[in-house]
Amino acid sequence: MQLVLKAWFIFQKDLKQEFKTRYSINAILLFAIVTLVTVSFSIGTFAASAEIKSSLLWIILFFAAMSGLAHIFVREEEKHTADTLKLVAQPMSIFLGKFLFNFILLIVLEIITLPLFFAVMNFSVEGVTVLLSVLLIGSIGLSAGATMIAAIIAKASAKGALFTVLSFPILLPVLIAGISGTKIAVYESTFKAAGAELQMLFAYAVVVITAALLLFDFVWKE
Amino acid sequence: MKYDMQIIVRSLGKNFGAQKVFKNLNFELSDGQSLAITGPNGSGKTTLVRVYSYIGLVGPYLELYEELTALENLRFFARMRGIKDAFNRSMNLLQRLGLDGRGDDPVKNYSSGMRQRLKYVFALLHEPHVLILDEPTSNLDVQGVNTVYGIMTEQKKDKILILATNDQADVKYGDQQIAVGP
Repeated sequence: MQLVLKAWFIFQKDLKQEFKTRYSINAILLFAIVTLVTVSFSIGTFAASAEIKSSLLWIILFFAAMSGLAHIFVREEEKHTADTLKLVAQPMSIFLGKFLFNFILLIVLEIITLPLFFAVMNFSVEGVTVLLSVLLIGSIGLSAGATMIAAIIAKASAKGALFTVLSFPILLPVLIAGISGTKIAVYESTFKAAGAELQMLFAYAVVVITAALLLFDFVWKE
Repeated sequence: MKYDMQIIVRSLGKNFGAQKVFKNLNFELSDGQSLAITGPNGSGKTTLVRVYSYIGLVGPYLELYEELTALENLRFFARMRGIKDAFNRSMNLLQRLGLDGRGDDPVKNYSSGMRQRLKYVFALLHEPHVLILDEPTSNLDVQGVNTVYGIMTEQKKDKILILATNDQADVKYGDQQIAVGP
């Protein structure tokens, strides 16, 4: 209980910092919108198939997330507040608080990007709830993996490039299952049709969160 | 709650890979005692302090969140440490450290001396039984230094004080001294 409460306090603190600087939200939203506009101009409104559009949606979400999710730990290291935080919080509550922040950030990104993507790319789906479920569960895995990698790269010098390069192989299962689940949502409206993809995304999220909770202590203290 | 505390250190050493920072350090500290750690730059004073950084700590490597105000910072740390009546305690400490009226200012607007004072508020907020100070008077003006000396005198009266410093005026607040490095 104490662990969850402290994670909540850390989340609130990060949210307050974000409201004051708007660094992460600006970075990921601007990246997503610029990429979306570039893609729509490049391939034309009606040229791409539903399969290609599904892939483009996840590519835009992935790279937009990469532009902002690392900031949560990079900020602590660059501003020398990481040692202060270590004095007052257990590593596990720090991970949970930061993970929650990145998850909410990703959801905000999706709430804004998704309608724009539908409008600009003339994208439509049969299974809206299937698509939303794929995005929601995918976001849990994506933000958990990204939070863990952000903690690892925060101490490195070439943080930006390293974050994307390290994240790609680790988050690849989310991308593959997310793209596949989105393609199914284009034509199918039942959860059964996307059952394998949803199971895969859920299993990935559970594995990554469990691994992060077990390993974060070493990552944070070393 | 009244309790007695003793710190006993035996054969303490620290390596960074093959490089030995210090080795075979021994000291004992009880309530009402203080310790000054001395040594040239790079000798391992700060490293030694960080080994024991689980208690009340002020150091140049500890920063507060500069986007938040002083009171927002103190509220966050008080909640993390489960401190009750944190607001009144924060206000009293801010006043003692000469920061009264500046609690609602963002920390990024603080001078280096004010930041150092705020670090004392942070360190004293939970009334630590052991207070560890690394370069305790850096960035402080005469008034700030005197306030810190007052805090050090009060702390060593019935609690434990450890300071890492090269300043001879600070060193005299340590009843015992250990020198680290070559």
